[in-house]
Amino acid sequence: MLELVLVSTLNGVLYGMLLFLMASGLTLIFSMMGVLNFAHASFYMLGAFFGFQISQLVGFWPGLILAPILAGFIGALIERYGLRNVHRHGHVAELLFTFGLAFVIEEIVQMIWGKLPRDYRIPPSLDFSAFTIFSTNYPAYKMFMLLFAIGIFVALLLVLTRTRVGLIIQASLTHPHMVGMLGHNVPRIFMLVFGLGCALAAVAGVIAGPALVTQSNMAALLGPILFVVVVIGGLGSLSGAFIASLLIGLLQTFAVAVNLSISDIFGVFGIHTNPLPFLSDIWRVTVAQIAPIMPYLLLVLILVFRPTGLMGTRDT
Amino acid sequence: MLEVDDLHAFYGKSHILQGVNLRVGEGEIVSILGRNGVGRSTTLKAIMGDVPPQGSIAFKGKPIAGMKPYEIAHSGLGYVPEDRQIFPSLTVGQNLLLGVKSGGRNRRWGFKETYELFPVLRERAHTAAGVLSGGEHQMLTICRTLMGDPDLIMIDEPTEGLAPQMVERIAVLLQSIAERKISILLVEQKLTIAMKISHRLYVMGHGRMVFEGTPADLRANEAVRREWLEV
Repeated sequence: MLELVLVSTLNGVLYGMLLFLMASGLTLIFSMMGVLNFAHASFYMLGAFFGFQISQLVGFWPGLILAPILAGFIGALIERYGLRNVHRHGHVAELLFTFGLAFVIEEIVQMIWGKLPRDYRIPPSLDFSAFTIFSTNYPAYKMFMLLFAIGIFVALLLVLTRTRVGLIIQASLTHPHMVGMLGHNVPRIFMLVFGLGCALAAVAGVIAGPALVTQSNMAALLGPILFVVVVIGGLGSLSGAFIASLLIGLLQTFAVAVNLSISDIFGVFGIHTNPLPFLSDIWRVTVAQIAPIMPYLLLVLILVFRPTGLMGTRDT
Repeated sequence: MLEVDDLHAFYGKSHILQGVNLRVGEGEIVSILGRNGVGRSTTLKAIMGDVPPQGSIAFKGKPIAGMKPYEIAHSGLGYVPEDRQIFPSLTVGQNLLLGVKSGGRNRRWGFKETYELFPVLRERAHTAAGVLSGGEHQMLTICRTLMGDPDLIMIDEPTEGLAPQMVERIAVLLQSIAERKISILLVEQKLTIAMKISHRLYVMGHGRMVFEGTPADLRANEAVRREWLEV
């Protein structure tokens, strides 16, 4: 039991940090430009495929650096020559633009790399088990993912709070006009933030690619969860996104590991027969089986009881 | 230094500025007076490019109409909006730092001058700017714009809602700005402070200037005061 809790906590925090790498960029982009970037998970996928391609040519480590830079650069170009022109037609047009962009990226990835999973491997230098908890060997690569994600998070925090560009970004979140009238090129800051957000998502893709599956549907699989995270955290709140990422990460890993069903729960109270025979299917459903819908269930509950999200201040 | 000719501006379909002409010379303090809603704030916003201007605006001999606000700011024009727009979650020091432009020279006004004139800002340098009082906000927002070393600073209603002794201190600040050869274009409601510190005054009514002259001229012209200023 303790073993399960420890391993699930580690996995949950790891998954949560990966989500936060993406949610942080999405949140920054949303708070600054008011654009909910539907294509954000696509940059996560681009990161994974770029990382895979580069690892084929020169190895994993150069890919870890180059793939996010490349994805960030593409993101900045899309902002500069696409989104910025669409912006003057309002938020609905922007939303549709990013929505279409997600499909375009998915189709392009399928054209280049196909629909089947690609063999993106963990670098040999990290292909061993870091430690053993009771009987579980915990892979070193997962520890690396965790530490790398935390490192990126700390770096992001330092850039935002300690550097001049970070201050300009923070001020532009709430008062973009004033920042412009103080002589700062706000459109360029927007482009930078969009590119940075895409690069962060790509970092998540590069490190998650070898551990999960590098496939052309990986954006579509992760995208919805990402929106759950930013809505639960509160649109536009970085700390909210952080808490929600960990929450969803832990929720999902623990739910998968728990094999309880409703009948077991009733069993604790001494009820062993199903009082409602026509619900026999639901009676036997386990927590692990409903794990995939739990984030969405949480989303619905949050929207009903706390529409601004956990830490959000802005109307959704 | 600043020459505005036949400036028009619109909010949607309403024609707010209907041919504004005005001049500000080097080191000059010029005030725009007038009742609420006659277009004084819009004049400043149109010059700054925050509201799309139609007409001719020249700053230091170069046309600036149609340029983006950050480009206009870089050409040496500073703007302090009426609603102050402090960055509340940043500290006082960070607010001031954001006033400094990239590659800025910062000759005439820096942290030293700000803190000398307003020691309270030095004491609060590491406090979140959101918790300051209204008067402190006003000092901070003017000093923040000064950090960018403008040649001309446009200030919208700096004394609005401030206690009398705070109004006095703002007047001192404005004069010490002008002593550094920074021109000031002031939008004011309070006649007393504008009459005291301005070199020249404009009175605005219905989207255009209806009077131009020195404070002495305006004091002598009771008809203008009665028709356009007094409530």
